[in-house]
Amino acid sequence: MEGATPAAAVTVRDLSVRFGSTQALDSVSVSLAEGEVHGLVGENGAGKSTLGKVVGGLYQPDSGELEVFGRPVHRWDTRRAQDAGVVIIAQELCLVPALTVAENVFLGRESRTFGVLHANLRARYRKLEEICGFGLPPDAPVETLPIADQQKVEIMRALAREARVIVMDEPTSSLTADESERLHEIMRWLRERGTTVVYVTHFLDDVLANCDRVTVMRDGRVIRTAEAAAETKAGLVEAMLGEPVDVLLPDLPPAPPPDTEPVAEMRDVRGDAVRGVSLRVRPGEIVGLAGLVGSGRTEIARALFGCDRIESGQVLFRGEPVTDASPRASIARGMAMIPEDRRAQGLVLQRPVLENVTLPHLGRFSRSGVLSRGSERAAVRELVERLGVRPAALDGDVSVYSGGNQQKVLFAKWLLGRPEFLILDEPTRGVDVGAKSRIYQLIVEVAAAGTGILLISSELEEVIGLSHRVHLVRGGAVVGEVPGPGTSVDEVLQRLFEVGQPQQSPSADETETGGRP
Amino acid sequence: MTATASARAGSGVNVPALVRHYAVLIMLVALFVVLSVSTSSFLTLTNLLNILNQNAPLAIIAVAGTLVVICGGFDLSTGAIFSVANVVAAWVALHLNSPVLGLIAAPLAGAALGLVNGVAITRLRIHSFLATLASSLVYAGLAVLITGGFLISVQATGFTALGRGGIGPVYYAIVILALFALLSGFLLNRTAFGRYVLSVGGNAEAAELSGIRVNRIKLYTFLYSGLAAGIAAAIGVSRIGTGQPQAGDGMQLLAIAAVILGGTSIYGGVGAIWRSVCGVYLLALIDNGFDILNANPFFKDLTTGVVILAAVALSVASKRR
Repeated sequence: MEGATPAAAVTVRDLSVRFGSTQALDSVSVSLAEGEVHGLVGENGAGKSTLGKVVGGLYQPDSGELEVFGRPVHRWDTRRAQDAGVVIIAQELCLVPALTVAENVFLGRESRTFGVLHANLRARYRKLEEICGFGLPPDAPVETLPIADQQKVEIMRALAREARVIVMDEPTSSLTADESERLHEIMRWLRERGTTVVYVTHFLDDVLANCDRVTVMRDGRVIRTAEAAAETKAGLVEAMLGEPVDVLLPDLPPAPPPDTEPVAEMRDVRGDAVRGVSLRVRPGEIVGLAGLVGSGRTEIARALFGCDRIESGQVLFRGEPVTDASPRASIARGMAMIPEDRRAQGLVLQRPVLENVTLPHLGRFSRSGVLSRGSERAAVRELVERLGVRPAALDGDVSVYSGGNQQKVLFAKWLLGRPEFLILDEPTRGVDVGAKSRIYQLIVEVAAAGTGILLISSELEEVIGLSHRVHLVRGGAVVGEVPGPGTSVDEVLQRLFEVGQPQQSPSADETETGGRP
Repeated sequence: MTATASARAGSGVNVPALVRHYAVLIMLVALFVVLSVSTSSFLTLTNLLNILNQNAPLAIIAVAGTLVVICGGFDLSTGAIFSVANVVAAWVALHLNSPVLGLIAAPLAGAALGLVNGVAITRLRIHSFLATLASSLVYAGLAVLITGGFLISVQATGFTALGRGGIGPVYYAIVILALFALLSGFLLNRTAFGRYVLSVGGNAEAAELSGIRVNRIKLYTFLYSGLAAGIAAAIGVSRIGTGQPQAGDGMQLLAIAAVILGGTSIYGGVGAIWRSVCGVYLLALIDNGFDILNANPFFKDLTTGVVILAAVALSVASKRR
């Protein structure tokens, strides 16, 4: 164990966290030393953010011990964490947009008498500014500042709370290379002051350049903690990957001949977070999109389905340019999309299974708007049985179904329309192993029946093993293509992490590799 | 009822939802029994028909309001639409000298104002609460403008037939309410439109991604609510034979209170028409009870308020399970 470091700021032992059926952290033990910058790295879903959030008090552990500055803690939340000097800066910044910089910095820590504020806000801010020297305008509303400056406000806020441990969850994901470098300077400065910084990120170069020690996580477990100086990028990637997980991937149906007319096509599409994407999916073909969280995978799917506006470029369906892009028009043409967040975007949780399944197809089950409930029930019953939804009750309360069964309900919903083109965004996120293998089978069956599929998944084994071709997505653009079967996860991950390439600023990288691979 | 309750609970349906569903009915029956036992003047055909008749216009508004709330909206302008529609009816009947045209004008005016609400909410993307709060002021002003602040008295005999006549002892108002409630229940439960209303209120994003024209569905619910306020106004103006610019004041709040008493979730997605009708008559019985028991009327509003508060608390509590 790493508890050997004499001055440990935070020590966790055998910490476990479960979310529903997912074991997010599985007896994790790690020790964060005083005055170090400690990197936390891992694949999507490896548990690095969860660990950061437990330390910061956002999540409560199910079991395990947490020790802060030598004191064991029992009840732990953000308030108690702050009192103990542990502050988390979440990926989505938590500032009040309309309040000024100074007001945000001292929010909740205002000096007051009987609730009346003292007029010393500026004096306190100046004192803090002498320490930090960020040079932010104290009276500017926070919403007028760029993200990087807002992050500094968060850091000042942490310092105003006399933070001795600051957890930064993916702080550079929305920063330019320049801004990231400045943040790294701040981290070094914090370290000199004796503050512990926990740096959760998936930019491995940044970790190697700026951290004292690195902890690698995989599948909710700590693989190892080591001196950053002793690590290499390739070594980190290897540790993050580990042994491939046992997933029973079904055999793919034969790929359609390459000269087949594509069912769906994007030509140099640009839009919100989509930066020049071209791709084509043929009938019966499964095309994967692999990328890290935030790489723009979902945005590409949304642009294709007509959810988000396209600024330039073209979407074609069966060779015809799409002029009236909207989910409604896409569905009418024979497209379907199972969205990323099944509870927020897929299901109407208050309504029973039956109503959820037939929702997009009520025209088929009604005459002059009056529903024919008999035929509706018959059609849904057949699908529920074919897909093995459990419980199989049509009037069942879908909000209490397990993740896997909710996902099957969504498959039933869209397969009922026999789509020619199906977009699957994270179809197995948070589902159990049994449902997963059923969903894999379904995907292959649907493709074998001639439907073109665009498959998005954070699980690389899944997206590689289930796709005929895999597009690599980074920064909203397709940066490469690999064949599905036969490609190693390692290779894809190396390319997604840009191992072996000189480090570039994200913006430069985008213009260079944007467009066709 | 207990049989269905236990059967549902057995299949994994939550108990709070059942409480929410049947609380209004239980309270209504309990109050009915208490009033029947404690006073001889309550349980008479005349008194019961009067209660049904007097509250029919409010019940019609609450029935349509249920669709609005299920769809995730609020209509605070129904009282003002009632006011406009009732003076329009009187004005048309007087100036065109046609009682029939006047009574037909009220629902049309109501539907038109409801349409304006719907367009404002969906086109300008204003929350319905704010949009109808503003439009209720505009409509209330419009009602005063039409009459110049005076009452419009209509003497033509045919004009009062709708409000005062009936089939045997049953007033037309009760018949119209029954038909309107049945039609609305059918719309909600047996048509594609009803499904869309439920799903838009339950999860607008999922509905949009399922190809439903979310804005159009929302707009229709407000159109329907305006139409209902117009029908209610036709009954109301016909009953007293006079168009009053303030006739609908406060009705919108009672209608929403009745919908919420009926356990329709203020978050949208679930609700039932019949329970809103029960809600209206629960409020009516509280009111009637104070009258016939000669209780201190000071406690009337207080009691009503406490009952509504309890119903809302129940709704919120069963949501956070």
